[in-house]
Amino acid sequence: MIGIFLVSERVFDPTLLSRICRDLPIPSKSNFKKSVLKRRRRHFRVCNGGSSTAVTSGAVALQVDSIGACVCMKMLVKASGLLLTQPFTNIVKHSFRISAACTAIQKLTRVRVVDNSALGSTPYHRPPKCIHVYTKNGVGKVGDKILLAIKGQKKKALIVGQKMPGHTMTPRFDSNNVVLIEDNGNPTGTRIKTPIPSNLRRLEGEYSKVLAIAQTFI
Amino acid sequence: MRTESHKAMTDMAASRRPLVAVCVALRSSECTSVFLQNRFFSTTTGFHSPLGDEQPGKFTPPTKPVIVDKTQAEVTQRKFLSPEFIPPRQRTVAVKFSIERKDMIQRRKMLNIPEFYPGCILAVTTSDPNANGKLNRFVGICIERSGKGLGATFTLRNVIEGQGVEICFELYNPRLQRIEVLKLEKRLDDNLTYLRDALPEYSTFDVNMKAVPSPATGEVPVNLLKVIMKPKPWSKRWERPKFKIQGIRFDLCLTEEQKQEAMKWDQSWQEFDLMKEYDTSKIEEEIWQEVKQEMGK
Repeated sequence: MIGIFLVSERVFDPTLLSRICRDLPIPSKSNFKKSVLKRRRRHFRVCNGGSSTAVTSGAVALQVDSIGACVCMKMLVKASGLLLTQPFTNIVKHSFRISAACTAIQKLTRVRVVDNSALGSTPYHRPPKCIHVYTKNGVGKVGDKILLAIKGQKKKALIVGQKMPGHTMTPRFDSNNVVLIEDNGNPTGTRIKTPIPSNLRRLEGEYSKVLAIAQTFI
Repeated sequence: MRTESHKAMTDMAASRRPLVAVCVALRSSECTSVFLQNRFFSTTTGFHSPLGDEQPGKFTPPTKPVIVDKTQAEVTQRKFLSPEFIPPRQRTVAVKFSIERKDMIQRRKMLNIPEFYPGCILAVTTSDPNANGKLNRFVGICIERSGKGLGATFTLRNVIEGQGVEICFELYNPRLQRIEVLKLEKRLDDNLTYLRDALPEYSTFDVNMKAVPSPATGEVPVNLLKVIMKPKPWSKRWERPKFKIQGIRFDLCLTEEQKQEAMKWDQSWQEFDLMKEYDTSKIEEEIWQEVKQEMGK
């Protein structure tokens, strides 16, 4: 019987797997690297009874016999536990919480495309995400250009609305809105139904065509 | 000219004035001048002044109709001191607050800032610095009023084309041209920031809605609406006692277990903390008298 299961990369590490098999405490992330570097030279053997197999990043195929079966079941339970993020009592916890940086739009932010372009309107199994922000710091506010990953392709976009509060008298939207743009600054779509902040009018020179297709200014 | 006079003459004939016979008898070439004179004459004799002691030949214009604009809210006769006048408890010189109050009153003489509370629906017109001469009008529900002195702000929220928009306006910003209260009412809470996590229908207001006239005296009506929320997670844990929210239907979105879990953060002793007490009644009275006096000048 061969048990094949997809595991996250962390569980995947041979030292961790070996620790699960031997019921040893799993180290916290901070001293994980140290323990990994220390033990990486050790040759990995998956099951005591079965033959050792090469560990790939995708899946683990284990050859199991009667002795190894219970070990692998334990591994399955523990691995699934890690996948389901059930807390182990042995994991070292921080005594303080670290929140994400309070910025408007940065790398890996999921955005909402508000124009009527084909690329922005057709559904895809992944939401459009920001992969680069064209500013000196990596933070994008209203009026900044960003690079999006949409439908497996790269596309530039202009931020037209952010969830983070900006200056007083400027609108704050309930979602991070973005308009798809070509390299020369021309919009990809032909109409923007969502309201646009009127302080974008300062971009009259560069993005005048984007302002021209906008319907409501707030 | 001839057709004009002829038409006028036929009109006169239709109205059956006593001088019609005179006009018709005359020849058309002489008609215009004589007609005009007669017409002038006829108007004075045709209308009788109500008093009857006007000299004949003097034109008395009819009395102008008085238009009562019921959509305009009357000046409130409630005793209302805007919350930004009340100074916070700080380690500063009292002169700072009195100077600020002078500037605030000066601005209020230029722009009428009406009485409003969180929960009222306002329409604010601002001038656009990026587009010369253009005015932007934003209609929304006031979700909070914060800040003291000249930096006092109020936030309006509305859902436009399916997109929720909030704008934080500064009360004393010179860009504000007009503030109208479309609907004056209070809600169960002072801070309606939880509307972000409520169903969008509770934040949608018609941009072209007409002002609802409200009485200038008496208590401000309280809207006892309890709002239905979107499924958790919310932007803040509104069920916790520190927010003291009365306006959410917690019975529809929380189980008894979750409610009891939330009560773990109850800090009920803070209500009895003497150091946190700040009695503003005397300060309010003084400032109210001062403001009333200055505004009356």
